[in-house]
Amino acid sequence: MSQFLPETVLTWLPDAIQIIYLIATAFFIRGLKLLGSPSTARKGNQYAAIGMLIGIVVTLFDQQILSFEYIIAGIIIGSLIGIIAAKRVPMTAMPEMVAIFNGFGGGASALVAWGEFTRSADPTLLSPDSLVTTGLSIFIGALTFTGSFIAFGKLKGFISGGSIKFPGMNIMNIGAMIAVVVLVGFFTADPTNTTIFWVILGVSLLIGITSVIPIGGADMPVVISLLNSYSGIAASMAGFVLDNNLLIVSGALVGAAGLILTNIMCKAMNRSLANVIFGSFGASSSGGGSGEEGDKTVRETSAEDLAIQIAYASKVIIVPGYGLAVAQAQHVLKEVAGKLEDRGVQVKYGIHPVAGRMPGHMNVLLAEADVPYDQLKDMDEINPEFPSTDVVLIIGANDVVNPLSKTDPSSPIYGMPILDVDEAKRSIVFKRSLSPGYAGIDNPLFYAEKNQMFFGDAKKSLQALNEALNDV
Amino acid sequence: MSSLIFSLFIFVLACFIGFELISKVPPTLHTPLMSGANAISGITIVGALIVTGSVGGEWSHIIGLIAIIFATINVVGGFMVTDRMLEMFKKKED
Repeated sequence: MSQFLPETVLTWLPDAIQIIYLIATAFFIRGLKLLGSPSTARKGNQYAAIGMLIGIVVTLFDQQILSFEYIIAGIIIGSLIGIIAAKRVPMTAMPEMVAIFNGFGGGASALVAWGEFTRSADPTLLSPDSLVTTGLSIFIGALTFTGSFIAFGKLKGFISGGSIKFPGMNIMNIGAMIAVVVLVGFFTADPTNTTIFWVILGVSLLIGITSVIPIGGADMPVVISLLNSYSGIAASMAGFVLDNNLLIVSGALVGAAGLILTNIMCKAMNRSLANVIFGSFGASSSGGGSGEEGDKTVRETSAEDLAIQIAYASKVIIVPGYGLAVAQAQHVLKEVAGKLEDRGVQVKYGIHPVAGRMPGHMNVLLAEADVPYDQLKDMDEINPEFPSTDVVLIIGANDVVNPLSKTDPSSPIYGMPILDVDEAKRSIVFKRSLSPGYAGIDNPLFYAEKNQMFFGDAKKSLQALNEALNDV
Repeated sequence: MSSLIFSLFIFVLACFIGFELISKVPPTLHTPLMSGANAISGITIVGALIVTGSVGGEWSHIIGLIAIIFATINVVGGFMVTDRMLEMFKKKED
């Protein structure tokens, strides 16, 4: 584009581009700010998208940009894939989608650094600064790329959701990371040595795989938000390589945002980040009160019986879990709740921060079923209400209501804040069987005196309940 | 050298802004926030454009092309899917 512009324009163009980048940055900051409140979030996302558009368009005026064939081809292909994916993905599969997009973002950043390196005819002329940042950019970008694909595979079920580990894996990962950093040093000293370059790339790709594989399914929300943070840092690193402030700032914003969310998720499970990365939930589930199973009894309930219990209650709290979402039962649930409300029963939803497969995932799933979001209550808000609640319906949720977290110091979930469903007058657990949940930990709630079990597929059970409510 | 220091300055300040912006977001919005932030991380598309569109060997064009495809998927898909999610969070008026 720039070769068509007159000389006079070309002299001030670089400054103009920088100023417009600054405007794009302002749009991102404003957008992120607005994304923080339910009433403005959609506008915030649009602000960020406009910022992106401004950034892309003005970059095309960059004087270095001379050929457009590849650019046009790339944007068309990428947009088509992005549009189709974004329109087709079911809300239950949102975590997979975000994971894989993260991977593409990280991969793109690594490729940008690589491409920029390849572009220079004589690498020895590159400054040490840009060689160091090129190396680090490839490292973070590549590990985000493969790590995200592993997370995607785990969420999709291509790879076991549980923790896959072998002895010494953590030490190996830490060793590999140190090795990459050392190699980046060698690469900076001698950029003509292509072997070092390929080793950095290869080892980084491997670290992505070996560092995500050992993380168990229940920790997935943390992993996704951590990968999100990495993809931001990777973009920022690519900005260092190109000396581009727009990339540095936007990447840093995303990196910091991802870290904050990661921290919130860790708090919600009362675990440290190191514990999530190096420990593993699910694999170590052998502890936790498994010795006394023999003499415990469960009380089973039926759709008809349950319909009567809730129809004459004054307050019902619903605790949804991922089991509800996979059964696509959120719409029937909404119908049940509607019938109760018509009878004057107060209905609320208690939502644990890590319900679902990514932070806040359950809220999205319920919003999809048109549950008004002022009925969705966070853990801190709903917990004081359980003692005054007649019936709690726990649907497909397991670990987030497990009282072991308060009573058994040997349990892997000990200390994790839970929804205090055991304080309600009655709790009903919708579940296929008595098997332990995603984290693989037995739940004493099932055997509690105030608890009843409603066995079966979440959707079928709710449909039965919905019909039974007609006859009450 | 001063350019790198300057960039680091900007990086650190931006990190602080990021922390401030996100620290009080309600859990309801965590998923859309993450997917929106993820779309913003697709800003690396700007880098991809520079690498792809500039003079260089055939290899840098091909690497750049793949980078553009990846980044565009991230940007276009990310913003669209976030919008799709947020559309569902409309307040029910009754």
